[in-house]
Order: sequence, then C-alpha cells, then structure tokens
Amino acid sequence: MPRVTEKFSYWMLVLPALAIMVIFYIVPVLGIWKIAFTEPVTGFGNFEKMAASSAVQTSFIITFRVAAVTTVGCLLLGYIVAYAISNYASRLTPLMVALVILPFWVSVLIRSFSWIVLLGRSGIVNDALRDAGLIEAPLKLMHNEFGVVIAMIHVMLPFAVLPMLTNMRGISGAYVQAARSLGASEWYAFRNVYFPQTMPGVMSGALLVFVLSLGFYVTPALLGGGRVLMISEYITYQIQEFLNWGLGSALSVALLVATALVLLVAARFVNLRATLLDRK
Amino acid sequence: MARSTFQIFFQTGAWLIIAFLVLPILVVIPISLTDTSYIGLPKEALSLQHYANYFSDGDWLGATWTSIWVGLVVASCATVLGTAFAIGCWFLSDRAAMVARWVLITPILVPPVVQALGFYRFWVVLGLIDTHFGVILAHTLLALPYVSISVFASLTNLDRNIPRAARSLGASVLQTVRAVIVPAIKPGILSGFIFAFIVSFDEIVGVLFITVRRVQTLPKMIWEGIQDNIDPTIAAVATLLVLLTLLATLFGALRRS
Repeated sequence: MPRVTEKFSYWMLVLPALAIMVIFYIVPVLGIWKIAFTEPVTGFGNFEKMAASSAVQTSFIITFRVAAVTTVGCLLLGYIVAYAISNYASRLTPLMVALVILPFWVSVLIRSFSWIVLLGRSGIVNDALRDAGLIEAPLKLMHNEFGVVIAMIHVMLPFAVLPMLTNMRGISGAYVQAARSLGASEWYAFRNVYFPQTMPGVMSGALLVFVLSLGFYVTPALLGGGRVLMISEYITYQIQEFLNWGLGSALSVALLVATALVLLVAARFVNLRATLLDRK
Repeated sequence: MARSTFQIFFQTGAWLIIAFLVLPILVVIPISLTDTSYIGLPKEALSLQHYANYFSDGDWLGATWTSIWVGLVVASCATVLGTAFAIGCWFLSDRAAMVARWVLITPILVPPVVQALGFYRFWVVLGLIDTHFGVILAHTLLALPYVSISVFASLTNLDRNIPRAARSLGASVLQTVRAVIVPAIKPGILSGFIFAFIVSFDEIVGVLFITVRRVQTLPKMIWEGIQDNIDPTIAAVATLLVLLTLLATLFGALRRS
C-alpha cells in the first residue's frame, strides 16, 4: 500500500511542529481555563466575582473602546495611504511602501518609548508648545486614553495598510475609468465604484487591528501609566500585585472568549483564511 | 494635467500619514545625543556619553548578546520545524492539514498576557523558569506561526508537478524535500527565519513572566529602564536598533531594485 506510507511520511513532516505546539502551547493555555474554575476553590466563584466587580466592567469597557477607536483611526489613515500607493504610481511608490513597512521591524517597546519621550509632561511636544508661547502649563498628553490611542494607532497602522494594499492592487482600473467616461465625477466614481470593491481589504484590516488591540499589553501599559487599565494590564495586576491567580485566569478566559466571539462574528464578513492563514 | 482636489487630498494625506509613522521613531536619535543625565533634548552640546555608557556596561552588553544568540537559536529551530510543517501540509492539502495549520497560528490570536500566564504555570511544573532553554522554547512557539505562514505563501506558487517528477524518478520524500522543494522556496524560508528572529528579539511579555534575574534580554532591560525612567542609555540603544533597521531596509530595497 504505497499511498498510506506516502501520507505517513508527509505527516512525519507535520508532526514535530504540531506536537510541540499542542504540548507546550495549547495545553498551557487550556491550563488557564482549569485554574479559572479551580483556584482557590472549584466552581464559578471567580466568574461571579468578576461579574460583580465594577472595576472589571470599567476595564472591559475601556478595552473595547480603545480597540474600537484604534481600529477606526487605523482604517481611515491606512485607507488614504493604501489608496495613494496603489493608484498614483510614481518613482516614489516603492519608497512609500518601504516606509510603511519600516515601523514593523522596530520593536513595539522602542516605538512606545518614542511616544513617551514625545508626549510626556516635559516631553518634546509640550516643550515645543511652551517655547512657542502657545501654552502656559504642560498639556496632559499621556497617562490617559488620548496618549494610549495615538501610540496604538501608530503601532497598528501597518497591520491595516497591508491587507488593504493587497486588496487594492487586485482592483482593475477599468471600472473607475468606465464610470468616469460615462460622466461620473471623480468623487462619485470613487464612492460608488471603487470603494465597494475595497471592502474585503478594509474588513481584513479592521479584524487584524481590532483583535490585536483587544489583547495588547505593552503600549497601553507604558502610555497609560496605570490610569488606562485595559484587560491585559488588569490581569497582570491581579497576578503580580495580589497573586490572585483565580481572578486573573477568569479574566484571561473572558478575554479569550471575547476574542473568539469577535472572530466568529467577523467570519461572516471577512475571509478569515485569507486574512490570517494565507496572508502575504 | 492639473491635479484635482481629490488627488491632492490623497497624495498629501498619504505623505503626512507616512510622516506620522516614521518621524516619531526618529526622536530617539536627538535624545540619545543629549548631554544631560535625564531623558530630554541636548541642552548645550551633543554628547556620546550614553553610547559610551552602553558599550561599557556589562549588563546592557550581556542582555544584547543574550537576545542575539537566543534569537538565532529560536530562528533556526522555528525555521526547521515550521518549514517541515508547511511542506507536509502542502503535500497533504486535506482537511486535517488545514486544521493543523489553524492550530499552528493560534499564538497570533491569543493575547500575549494570556499565553504568558500559561507559559509561567507550565514552566514552573517543568522547572524551566528563568532558564535560557525556557525562553528559547517559548519564543520558538511564538515564532512558528510566522515561519509557517511565510513558507506556505511561497509554496502556493510552486508547481505541484515538480516534486511529482522527482518522486516518479525514484527520489524519496525526504530527498524530494531537500533537493527539490527547499531550494525552490528559499525566499520564503529566509523571510520566515528573519521573522522568527525578530519575534524572539523583540518579545517582552513572555520574558517578563518566565524569567527572573538570571536571564536578561534586551527588551527586558529596555522595559525596566522605561519603568525607572531616568537613564538616556535606552535612547542610545533604541537609536542603534533603529539605525540598524533603516540600514537593513535600505539594503533590502537596493537589492530588490
């Protein structure tokens, strides 16, 4: 039976990576579920405590609000960049693409550090405004949601641009030309002919940015200064400050479920496979 | 041809947004040259003291070296495992292989803090807390999705008849993989390797949970430095990394053109 041994040898290629992923990753993450239901006592106690806590509710609201605002910001800004790159070919186009991808390679930590330097109380922006005589007292630009959102948009923007770029590159210019030659204004042709065709790219970008923002830790923790407690930071608080593994794990489970729900809902509008598995 | 308001809006808009993406990263450069001992712009003169500090500080250099070698080991492990995985899935191309591919990319979707908690509890059981091996294992898992995605992307462009020809001429599966497939998808493997290295080199949340004092990585030093918030050495380190990135990007762009 040659076909069986053939298949077997392909599985031998797949198995090492799959096995260590299941044993050392999937099992530990499922272990968090177990902790949530068993520590300190077996039952739904942690989830009851979680549902009753107004601090947890606030944190979830902040998390979803920051993620939503970041997503909208990234889509608006990203669309403009992706549109210009794919529709106005020039010698500078490759440079534009390179500059969009560049921040990807710079660590999130360093990019957050840059924003701290810029937005801090005696940061560069405040100093410049004061030297220009525009303000008396320093503006509060970070340790609030404003600072977190600005830095998050900065970190997430490439994730929005790239899927839109892939999508827009596949759109033929013939449709817009046809609309224009039939008398549509530039704006009308864009709004009614071009824009609808870009929706798959927009949706992919939205999904990536939203899901990554929901669980984001580094930038909110650094720019929020403990005042913008998103769920991820709330979890580390529970565990590092209070050693409250039960509640921390229950929150983790809630965050995982929230992420899964977002993906489930998104699956109706977005090609998940193209967005996550087969992306380039 | 005169440009319409529409075109002007998108073109100037795009450049402004790209400025928003790139310029904030560059602020670390003037900060790193400050002559003050706190984080701020240079007051009276430019100074290289913070670079001198970095290059003479055993902790910073040690952490840098750790990050580099851990990153290289992680990239090698993840590339070998991930490439074999992607090739196997490509050959199989059935439902089970699809499920396997989804399983392998879960680290992209699970929030970093949640997976770090998982690592911590399991690594305690395995006795891997605060060991280099523990960090390498965790980072390899986090890097695998990127290798698998990038290798699979170049496999989709590969003609299935090529390995079929090799097989019909008597090559074993392993020989076909080594002599036919791997050379054909080298660009995908290489970019997977680079991705994996960067994932490990920049990873912070996992390291914060699974290491204590013995294992120090560069991101951890930077993280702790930002929390203490006094030392401009971070700006010098950041500048070096940003310049390195710029050079690499430039080099890559030149090679492509």
